Amino acid sequence: MKFLVVLFLALQCAIGVHAKEATPLADDPVVEQRLITIAEELRCLVCQNESLAGSRADLANDLRREVRTLIRAGKSDAEIREFLVSRYGDFVLYRPPVKPTTWLLWFGPLLLLIGALWLLISVIKHNQRQKDTPVLDADKRAKAQALLKETDSSK
Amino acid sequence: MKKGLIPLGIFVVLLIFLAIGLTRDPHEIPSPLIGKPAPTFTAPVLGKPGETLSNKDMLGQVWLLNTWASWCVACRQEHPLLVEFVKTNPLPIVGLDYKDKEADGLQWLARYGNPYTHTIVDADAKIGIDFGVYGVPESFLIDKAGIIRYKQIGPFTPESLRDKLVPLIKELSS
Amino acid sequence: MIPELGHFALILALLVAAVFGTLSLAGGQQGRADWMALARPGAQVLWLLVGFSFLCLAYSFYSNDFSVLYVAQHSNTQLPDIYRIAAVWGGHEGSLLLWLLMLCSWMMAVSLFSSQLPDAMVSRVLGVLALIAVGFLLFMLITSSPFERLVDIPVDGRDLNPLLQDPGLVFHPPMLYMGYVGMSIPFAFSIAALLNGRLDAAWARWTRPWATAAWICLTIGIAMGSWWAYYELGWGGWWFWDPVENASFLPWLVGTALMHSLAVTEKRGLFRSWTIMLSLIAFSLSLLGTFLVRSGVLTSVHAFATDPKRGVFILLFLAVVVGSSLVLFAARQGKVRSGGSFSLISRETFLLVNNVLLTTAAAAVLLGTMYPLVIDALNLGKLSVGPPYFNAVFAPIMTPVLFFMVIGSYARWKNDTVADLTKKLRPIAIISVLLGCAAPLLAGEWSALVAMGLTLAIWIVLASAAQIYRQLKDTVNWKSTPVSYWGMHVAHIGIAVCVVGITLVKGYELEKDVRMTVGDTVEVGSYTFRLTGISEVPGPNYKADRGSVELIKGDKVLRVLHPEKRTYFSSTMPMTEAAIDTRFTRDVYVSLGEKLEGEGKPAWAMRVYYKPFVAWIWFGCLFMAIGGAMAALDKRYRKKVAAKLNMDDMKGAAA
Repeated sequence: MKFLVVLFLALQCAIGVHAKEATPLADDPVVEQRLITIAEELRCLVCQNESLAGSRADLANDLRREVRTLIRAGKSDAEIREFLVSRYGDFVLYRPPVKPTTWLLWFGPLLLLIGALWLLISVIKHNQRQKDTPVLDADKRAKAQALLKETDSSK
Repeated sequence: MKKGLIPLGIFVVLLIFLAIGLTRDPHEIPSPLIGKPAPTFTAPVLGKPGETLSNKDMLGQVWLLNTWASWCVACRQEHPLLVEFVKTNPLPIVGLDYKDKEADGLQWLARYGNPYTHTIVDADAKIGIDFGVYGVPESFLIDKAGIIRYKQIGPFTPESLRDKLVPLIKELSS
Repeated sequence: MIPELGHFALILALLVAAVFGTLSLAGGQQGRADWMALARPGAQVLWLLVGFSFLCLAYSFYSNDFSVLYVAQHSNTQLPDIYRIAAVWGGHEGSLLLWLLMLCSWMMAVSLFSSQLPDAMVSRVLGVLALIAVGFLLFMLITSSPFERLVDIPVDGRDLNPLLQDPGLVFHPPMLYMGYVGMSIPFAFSIAALLNGRLDAAWARWTRPWATAAWICLTIGIAMGSWWAYYELGWGGWWFWDPVENASFLPWLVGTALMHSLAVTEKRGLFRSWTIMLSLIAFSLSLLGTFLVRSGVLTSVHAFATDPKRGVFILLFLAVVVGSSLVLFAARQGKVRSGGSFSLISRETFLLVNNVLLTTAAAAVLLGTMYPLVIDALNLGKLSVGPPYFNAVFAPIMTPVLFFMVIGSYARWKNDTVADLTKKLRPIAIISVLLGCAAPLLAGEWSALVAMGLTLAIWIVLASAAQIYRQLKDTVNWKSTPVSYWGMHVAHIGIAVCVVGITLVKGYELEKDVRMTVGDTVEVGSYTFRLTGISEVPGPNYKADRGSVELIKGDKVLRVLHPEKRTYFSSTMPMTEAAIDTRFTRDVYVSLGEKLEGEGKPAWAMRVYYKPFVAWIWFGCLFMAIGGAMAALDKRYRKKVAAKLNMDDMKGAAA
């Protein structure tokens, strides 16, 4: 019986050695997670429209390495973005910063929506008014007058 | 009639922007460092282990930082122009060997000529990133106070050397 | 010889289109029956010529004729047969020929299925389309002929971009182009209406199935593109708001508004100006998309190789087509204004609200897509506008659409009351909110966005289900319900399915990036993945490293997945072929990365994804397309009105 128990335990160890849980690719998964979150909103500068997170270009690898270093140094997301913007300009951000040149971009949709709703309300109101008031323009009024005169005179 | 012209008006504005867009290059990224101090760096000198060059060493003169690499095809077009240029123009050029193996870099210079007063190595692109380099070749003209005055994206052409670089050098040297 | 024949066919096509296009239009304007009679046969001859030209190009590819420059650039002797044919539209010149073929095919369809339309209308419609074809033919013959020959014939071609060597290339571009180009049909119908001043319910009834058909093709085309990107690119994304993606999405949004606006015009003769405007805008956006993809003004993964001369030509073409249509609209708009009225609470109002929202959403996407160009043109620097912007702006505008579409389908035409609608919808609303807010708890983490998405989706489904049930139960003869009624519900449910997919995948997807040697396992969600081996596998024109990964749940091996890393002979960039296991409620996605340097046993980078309900996104689109097809095939569009005096027509003409 003891022999079987020992054999059983020995087998367990053997299986344990071979079936290993894979190690994360990055040295530090927490840093890597933050890297991906930041890099998803950054542009790969040498690609045809890809994010820094997904690109496999050389420059993208280098820039990701730099961002990792900054994360480990305790920099905030804003500081990391500032690092890249001061070197490459706003072009590197996929989320354009809100500044006078981008006011139209960020507030445009809201303005469009308000404008569209105003248009909507005026169309509906105009339609209501049309329904309520009888439409009788000068031409038709003159015709009506003439007809009335005719019936009057024929009496 | 008036209200019906609004869509046409919007379209015409759009057309104008599209037409202007045809004259622009969406891949070119202008440098935000123009008018700002050149990033500090201390880099190893190519082929001379132990020696370094720093941006401070270049203060007081107008100089050009030119990024290049032995694997860069466009650099082979630009290089002869620079070699020719320094024969008649006393401009100190610092060559930055970008993401290259030292042996390859030395071999390349031996083969194609060396217009550089100093050649430094940037094996991991750290200096390049500080300068906002995204491709090779790129060049930066830096004035006596260490301020970046001009960036050449891509290789120099005889025209850009003559029309952009030479007048600016003259202006900054006076 | 064959390429020259193909080229010659295009020249002939240009002449044919120019002649019959001009005469058909003039004939329609002047009422000349002999000129109008040219329209249908003209369209059919044009289709034969362009079809022949297309076959010539396809033959050149199939027979590896590398003396043709275009074939040499996009094909290779080792390229599998099916991709040799699909490579016809793998580049700029060939895809233009595909565009043209689609246009001629739609014209052919109009010529065949228009027996109930008056001749003057058909001749105008085909005339307009023929003139558009003239523009494209000129463009191709002057700047972008696929039949250019090489003097030095290379031994082998440059090969088709490996990313394109996939079944997706066989189906996605043709379907998408069918949709893009299909928007020209309602465009042409609108031009015809503006030219003859007649815009009534009959016009709307004729136009509607064509608009719906184009919309169906666009829906399927966009869904295919999204699915292809998902399984091909290896990082699990399915929409990137890339300028070219947006270029296809804009006509879809406006097309959706157009379909619904046509519904109102057909039923009540209202919104005529709106409908015309939307159909003009939809096709204009298609043309704008063509410009953006081929001119080089915007950076995109989809962009073709560019040449400034081509950009100028397309811009001129865009200016002429869209400009003249908008001038015509401004001039004739007064004549097509609607009479009739509707009250504040009515189906018309809700359709109008949603159309306004859809158009605003389209305008917002257009703004974001064009903004970098605008800023650069004004010398204000270079900007990028990417997914963070579009996601932030698009979702808030579209959310009310999902809410109102239900109310719109419940509201009566012309007049309804708040009390009535509330009575019908309140129980559904309450149940939706309860279920929608409770469901995320089942998945684990509660999230307000997921709750909102699910609430809206359940709201749509329950409301449709209730209406279907009532129709089956209360209607005396439910079998006589027009098939378009069922189609509407299928399509709306499709949207709900799509929303569920998007909400759940964004809310609960998981990803792990690991290094694995043979025998290692990794756990994602409730699944375990074990790498059991990597072997080298040759392909027809590539060499691949093929992994075997066991997918395990609990202690049962569900199946073995085979992700690959391929190196094509013609390219140095390795390509990943992800292995995906698709089930009803989740996708499991394994992507093989690079071989890693290191000590000991060889290790590989692997990326493993868990994507809940992601397939629902594309199934939702499929339902939308099926619903649209059911609506478009409704009998009333195919009935010949003949001599019967239609009261609608009379009313429409007088208004």
